[in-house]
Amino acid sequence: MLSRGVCSLMAERAPAPDTPELRQRWGNFTWSTENAEQAKVVVARYPAGRQKSAVMPLLDLAQRQVGAETNTQGWLPLPVMEYVANYLDMPIIRVLEVATFYTMYNLAPVGRYHVQVCGTTPCMLRGSDDILDACYKRGMRKGHTTDDGLWTLTEVECMGNCATAPMVQINDDNYEDLTPERLNSVLDALAAGDTPKAGTQESGRHTSEPSGGPTTLKDMVKENHDYRGEW
Amino acid sequence: MPKVTVDGQELDVPDGATVLQACELAGKEIPRFCYHERLSIAGNCRMCLVEVKPGPPKPQASCALPAAEGQQIRTDTPMVKKAREGVMEFLLINHPLDCPICDQGGECDLQDQSVAYGRGASRYHEHKRAVTSKNMGPLIKTIMTRCIHCTRCVRFSEEVAGVDEIGALYRGENMQITTYLEQAAKHELSANVIDLCPVGALTSRPYAYEARPWELKKTMSIDVSDAVGANIRIDSRGREVLRALPRINDDVNEEWISDKARYQVDGLTRRRLDKVWIRKAGKLQASSWNEAFELIAAAKPGKDIAAVAGDMVDCETMFAARKLLNALGSNLVESRQTGMNYDVSNLAAVNFNTGFAEIENADAVLIVGSHVRWEAALLNVRLRKAAKSGAKIFLVGPEWETTYPAEFIGADVSVLHDLPAHVAEAMSKAERPAVILGGAALAKGALHPALALAAEWNLVRDGWNGFNVLHFSAARMGSLMLGFAQKGGMADIAAAKPKVVLSLGADEMDLEPFADALKVYIGHHGDKGAHGAEIILPAAAFTEKSGTYVNTEGRVQLADKAVFAPGDAREDWTILRALADALGVSVGFDSFEQLRAQMIAEVPALGHEAVADYGALPKADMSVKASGAMSYPIKDFYMTNPIARASAVMQQCSAELLHGEALPEAAE
Repeated sequence: MLSRGVCSLMAERAPAPDTPELRQRWGNFTWSTENAEQAKVVVARYPAGRQKSAVMPLLDLAQRQVGAETNTQGWLPLPVMEYVANYLDMPIIRVLEVATFYTMYNLAPVGRYHVQVCGTTPCMLRGSDDILDACYKRGMRKGHTTDDGLWTLTEVECMGNCATAPMVQINDDNYEDLTPERLNSVLDALAAGDTPKAGTQESGRHTSEPSGGPTTLKDMVKENHDYRGEW
Repeated sequence: MPKVTVDGQELDVPDGATVLQACELAGKEIPRFCYHERLSIAGNCRMCLVEVKPGPPKPQASCALPAAEGQQIRTDTPMVKKAREGVMEFLLINHPLDCPICDQGGECDLQDQSVAYGRGASRYHEHKRAVTSKNMGPLIKTIMTRCIHCTRCVRFSEEVAGVDEIGALYRGENMQITTYLEQAAKHELSANVIDLCPVGALTSRPYAYEARPWELKKTMSIDVSDAVGANIRIDSRGREVLRALPRINDDVNEEWISDKARYQVDGLTRRRLDKVWIRKAGKLQASSWNEAFELIAAAKPGKDIAAVAGDMVDCETMFAARKLLNALGSNLVESRQTGMNYDVSNLAAVNFNTGFAEIENADAVLIVGSHVRWEAALLNVRLRKAAKSGAKIFLVGPEWETTYPAEFIGADVSVLHDLPAHVAEAMSKAERPAVILGGAALAKGALHPALALAAEWNLVRDGWNGFNVLHFSAARMGSLMLGFAQKGGMADIAAAKPKVVLSLGADEMDLEPFADALKVYIGHHGDKGAHGAEIILPAAAFTEKSGTYVNTEGRVQLADKAVFAPGDAREDWTILRALADALGVSVGFDSFEQLRAQMIAEVPALGHEAVADYGALPKADMSVKASGAMSYPIKDFYMTNPIARASAVMQQCSAELLHGEALPEAAE
């Protein structure tokens, strides 16, 4: 039988249970001073009466505030979603629909760094299995947070960095062109509190240009070259 | 009017019609799951695929495609057949084949359409998805593995009910329909999602595993739980009513009914009066019809006899009672059992003149003293439609949770004499203004002040009558048409000191003033009225007799008899006819047909299944001033009548949904 567990982690996504402890910890959630300002700016982007359109940026803002308060990437406890629903005067079920639809919203607590390893075909062909193995060796398990609260590992589908595969996304940054060694140095730097360079980890490569230098339109590298006469 | 061709048949379709509607106009059946006439278009089940030229060379979802001039639509090509088979195969991938144990079996859209449009066999051998079932309260049973994600229930609760409580969480294959934190669906129309669900995901909890649709006898009836007069179908087996379902009537209930109308029917088998009871030495004892009639005759009422009609009686019963009293020389009949005494000299002043269908077009509505959600849940749906198309809605009365933007302008009825400027301006400038007066307002004497406002705002104009009174008793308009009203209401009856009081299922009346009278209860439930009676004559409930009902719009509707009354209980009119013999008078009818013919001869409007014409509004008596804080008569939506009070389901709803009691779930 075929396993249908390719995105099994998503199926397990469920809001953290609504317990008295959760209510006690997050029931009094309100915007921090800066976020209160930012929330107003976000809502003002939309026409009057359409303030519900701001639900996605505000959920993100709330997740970041929770992250700042807990020193993690942040997540969305139910009382916080209720706060956002209340803030935008919309039914809570509509907010929960949005939060459960998009995997960028964490429904359960995560660690300081949320390591999202892309396992879709191009990354897989370029060695994402080795990347995952490297993660396992550091004690990470899919869908779990390490005991030190530093890492949460998730396998995700295509992040659109196929030209620089394999890649991981950690919180707001992508780290591309990975090998197990390169990943380890990124993770070591993060663990040490440094800020490793985001983007491609291959020396000499800037972004997603062809590896080893351009193979076409070479004359365009230095100046704007007019190819039309050569066609 | 675009002209389209459907399977070679040319036809004009209305502007704004969809291709699916065009096909229906052409008489073609288009299979569908997510599309529903009264909900917004979702286009997510893909079952309604047809071939449309001009357009891309692939099947298109007809429900979401506007019909356009010159379209060539085909519903009978191999491409369409193959597309439907393909969609059906995908829908069945995750659908359990548990039809033999599914309550939807026999009335299931998926079952029917897979027979009609699907392949004969499945090619799918992999695992099927399983979804945990969700709690949606005491009325809705869920088996979510069967869900095909049509989102009809989500759209109903958001668009029609106006209570956003059902949602679709997660996405794709993992999508799940649920309420927030699996809370119970709490509004008065929640169970309509059961009818909307095209599969067996949402089924009726009280009716679970009770019967199969093909074993049920279906009887057309009228709901008596409120004055809306929703058209219902009574499904019965043998002597038991198993369920009530809505019938489509666009003028009255569209295709919805309230949860009470749907689920009070289990009360028809509980606390029933099925034999004659006589109070002897302070205790009720089972007895016989003859003894009861002899006792009543021995009281020698003469003209000192009164009759009080309850909230659920049919016109025929009231007419028979009045005939009996008239024959005895009395006219002490009253139906407003709680003691209201509003002026009924002109019935146009106490009728819902705008009509339910038309009230949707109002652009300013002033509701005085009516908890519309509880007193007429289906009218609230119409008001929500009006509000959605821009109507301003103002309310006078204690606050309740509206399902549309509305402004409460005070709880005291005296505000009618001194309306805030913006309200008066909105009402006077509206093109189609409407006033809705509820029972709480009538009780505080607001009828004439409201009529004065009607004159001031010119509520009656060309093609529009915006003056409405909203009753909540199914018998009310019929009783008033039959003259069941005294000038002073129940106080007049009490003042006449009748020797015998016939209570026709009157359970809300105050028995205190009639302490010395012989109280005869003719009804079907052992409720308050029966508790205070000396003699109990068991009668038929609304499902057990044919009858004429008039809703608050003045719409005359007929209900048929579905089952026989239990035990010794008899149809009400036969009891009154026999009582006439016992009292030695003649009422002039010996059969139901004769009774109905006489009634129609006296009140011709009761003979036409249509809205009765009560003429023009009376002039307002400007001297009447209304004052006092209003309070709504309904304290508990689920417990408003003896049938509902006897119903275990309604009791559970009341406890769980209104009073927040957590009921222990049965151990599996």
